[in-house]
Order: sequence, then structure tokens, then C-alpha cells
Amino acid sequence: MADGKRVLLIEDEPNITEAIRFVLSREGWHVATHANGRDAVETVRTRAPDVVILDVMLPDRSGYDILTDLKADEVLRRLPVLMLTARGQKKERDMALRIGADMFMTKPFSNANVLAAVAALAAGRRDRSA
Amino acid sequence: MATPELTGARIRARRTKAGMAQAALARAAGISPSYLNLIEHGRRPVGGRILSEIARVLEVDATILARGAGGEVLAALGRAVDIAPPAEGDPAPERDAAERFAADYPGWAALLARLEGRVDDLERRVVAMGDRMAHDPVLSASVHDVLSSVTSIRSTAAILVEDALEPEWRARFHRNVHEDARRLADSAQGLAAYLDAGDSIAQDATSPREEAEAWFSARGWCVEEIEAGGEVPEADIAALGPPGRDGLRRSLARYAREARELPRPVLAAALREHGLDPVALADALGRPLATVLRRLAQMPSETLGGPVGLVECDGSGALTFRRPVNGFTIPRYGAACPFWPLFQALMSPRLPVREALRQSGRDARPVVTWTAAETAPARGVAGPLDTRVTMLVVPEETDRDAARAGPPSLGATCRLCALPDCPARREAPLLGEAAFDKSVPPRP
Repeated sequence: MADGKRVLLIEDEPNITEAIRFVLSREGWHVATHANGRDAVETVRTRAPDVVILDVMLPDRSGYDILTDLKADEVLRRLPVLMLTARGQKKERDMALRIGADMFMTKPFSNANVLAAVAALAAGRRDRSA
Repeated sequence: MATPELTGARIRARRTKAGMAQAALARAAGISPSYLNLIEHGRRPVGGRILSEIARVLEVDATILARGAGGEVLAALGRAVDIAPPAEGDPAPERDAAERFAADYPGWAALLARLEGRVDDLERRVVAMGDRMAHDPVLSASVHDVLSSVTSIRSTAAILVEDALEPEWRARFHRNVHEDARRLADSAQGLAAYLDAGDSIAQDATSPREEAEAWFSARGWCVEEIEAGGEVPEADIAALGPPGRDGLRRSLARYAREARELPRPVLAAALREHGLDPVALADALGRPLATVLRRLAQMPSETLGGPVGLVECDGSGALTFRRPVNGFTIPRYGAACPFWPLFQALMSPRLPVREALRQSGRDARPVVTWTAAETAPARGVAGPLDTRVTMLVVPEETDRDAARAGPPSLGATCRLCALPDCPARREAPLLGEAAFDKSVPPRP
């Protein structure tokens, strides 16, 4: 159980959002959601989550651009980010990791993998903070 | 850079190529054989009058002997070294000896330079095509849509299967799965239609062949100017790119020749008498079956009772012409199903000419295909054979016998084919093994 941990899910597909939110909430995560790229960075700042799940293809702005902004911010750069994408090519993965994503997951993924990834990222953050 | 050694090497190479003895060249140039020997081995500089005399005897410009191979050839050799590093254990090319190599073997050097240019051109094309595929907005959006739907269905279905849910949540997730399943069906259908090109290939032509096909498609596959005994205005052809123009001109030349040999009114009259039976028409009109098939595809659809499709391939199996028709998918990219009668005719050119069949797939309709192969020596009697196959595709709406086609026996291309246990399968279907058609019995 990840008691009190906060996840921000930035994903524009409502049914994917609902499924991930349900799965994470059931395990004790507090899940906030955001559905566009335009003001996603502001939402991250406002929500102050412990883990960000970020889709690559979003309306208005790509996940790569959002990740770049997060990594350029002195405070937000420490946030662990799990990137989700429907394009699983090596160059996509390389780009995400180069910009600073902590994990990269290709759609379609399993709920168990998302849960494990979020738990691992949160644990890593706790270790770094300790 | 011109050095005595390289100039001497070029003189020696030219002399050897001309089949001239060292003594003969020396005598003709007014110098001693021993002095020429020193020049050829780079031990004496050469220039001025002596170089001019040697060049005159060898019938070559003196500057060629002095400056060596053109800078372009040397630059190309340098690039060749860069693009093809030696395999492990192989000696590295002697980069310092490139000019000497070009001087000693100008023909080989020029060939290498041409090959380097060809490799460079092909690499650019591959990159451009890969880039186009990767950034094709329609393809990208379709694939994204399909994967998003699949992701949602997978996650939601896992929740439904694994969890004891409140009735309200269960109903909600059931609704989500239903929505996503419908969306997935639409997305997948749209993606398949895009890859097939369906009936509308006029948009987004990506190759000279597609440009020419789009040109014909825009005219309803009939060229009325030619049918009336005239010619297509050059301005109509000039709209295509140069490679597309060349291909179109060849196609139009054949169209015009066959229209003269088998005028539309003559074919229309025979159609009224014999119906849409290409073999009977070929016999009655005394024309090759392949010509009749092509001329039928150039008839107005209303004359035939509906649109027909036409596919042509060459001896390698590459599709050289595609006229799509509803119900029979002709792939836009990649190789088609090897079970098509078109390809069977390559192996046994006289058989079969007529086949009722049905492709695997949601949109497939029963069709009748008529196939004819043409073979001619390409380069003399002893040369290779140039084989072309033409296949007319007549859908069920136009040919009632087509309705007798059995279950799907072939596909469009492996990526879009759902036939299970196919011995000819090259790759998995686009939507994975779940796409396999469970209604089709496995092959014995």
C-alpha cells in the first residue's frame, strides 16, 4: 500500500485515465488527472505530486516538451516521470530518456506494470530524499 | 596534389593501357627509355615540353597527367571509405593511395565513384521514405488511435476480470469497453483502408507508379482523347514529376497502340454478343487475352455493368499497375499475397486464366479474376525472358459467378490477412494473432 502518495496522470484518453486512476486508487494512491498539454506544467506545479505519469501525444503540446520544461525547472526536475507512448520505437524511448524521463512504457501496457513502475519511482524518490 | 611519383604513375598507367612499350613511348616523345623509366617511377620530375610530348603520344591532355583524376572522383573515393568501414579483420582502404589508385585504374576508380554516388542516392531515398512513413500524419494518427483503444480495453478488461466491483463501477467499465471496442473497430478499419488505398489513390501519390495511377484514376481509368483517336495534351502529362511522366508516357503509348488494335466500339459490340467473358472475347476478336483484359479495364464502368479492377506485375512479382476495386484489396505498400492468380501465372503462364475467389477480410467480396501472362525475350533469343502478367478483377456485382467463390483462400498482404495457418505467411497481421479469422478452417 502506498499510503498518502500522490500521482498526477497527464493523459487525454478518458477511458485510459479512468482505468489507471481506478487501479492506482485501489492501491491507496491519490490520483489527480489532467487532460491537455497546454497548461500541464502549471498543474504539476500546483498539484505537487510525488510521481508524474505523462503521455507523449497530448492536445496542444507534446509530452516531450512538457518533460523538457519540467527538467529545466529547479524544483520540478526532481519529480520522477513515467512516460507513456503509443510509439514504442527505440528512438522514441531514447529521446524520452535523454530528456530525463525516469521510465518509459509503451501502450498497450498492463495495469500491473503501471502499478509496479509508479511504486518503484516513488520508492526511488523516497530513497533519494532520505 | 601533383607529385612526380603520381604523375609518373599516371603516365605508366596510360602507356600500359595503350599497350605501348616503354621504349616506344620514350622514342616517340624524344627521350631515352631510361629517362622515361625514372619519370614513371617518380624519380625525375616531368613537365613542360617533355610532358606535352608524352601527352601527345598517349593522346591525353597533359593536365590530366599532371593533376591526376578529377577531384570529384577522389572526393567520392574518400566518401566511400567513410561510409563503408572495413569489417573486423579486413585491411582498411589505403586512403593515402587513393590518387595513385585513380591514376593507375581510372576505370575502376570511376566505377567506385559512381557506386558511391548510387549508394548515397539510395540512402537518401531510404531515409526520405522512412521519414515519410514515420511522419505520415494519417498513418501516425491511425496507429495512435488503435493503440489507445487497445490500451483502454486491456486495462479496463483486466479490472473487470480481476476485481469484485461495485455494480455502479462494473456498469461504468462495461460501457467504457463497449465504447473503446467500437472505436477500435472504426480505427482499425480506417487504418486498413488507408494502407490498402481502397478506391481513392488519387491523393498522396508517393512514387512515379502511383503518380501515373492517380493520373488514370482522375480520368476514370479511360483516356477519352486516345479513344477518340487523338493524343493527350502534353500539358496534362507535364503536371507529373519527371519519373512519373516517363512511366505515364509508356503507359499511354501502350494504351494508344492497343486502342488502335482493339477500338472501343468493336469491343463494346463483342461484349454485347459474348458478355463479360474475356476468353470468348479474345477468341472472337483475335486479340491476345492480356490486351483484352487491359482494354476491358479501360471501358466505361456502365458498359461493363460496374467497376472492375486491374493489376499487373513483372517477372519479379513487383506490381507495376494497380486499378483498385471494392472488395479486392490491392496493397499499397509491401508485397501482395503470393496465392493471387497473378503470381501463380508467373510460374505456369498458361494456367489458370479464370478463378472465382474471395480474399480474407471484413471488406472482401467474392470476385472472379482473369489472368494472362505475356512472355518475350528481353535481349535476343538467348537472353532472359521478360514476363508480364495482367489480372482483371471482376467483383460479384458485375459477375454473378463470383458469388460461388468459397471461403477466403487468400489475402491482400500478410499484414492485413486473417487467414490462420497460412504456409505462405511472411509476417504477422497488423492487429496480431487475435485478428486471425476463426471461421476459416486450418489448412490440412
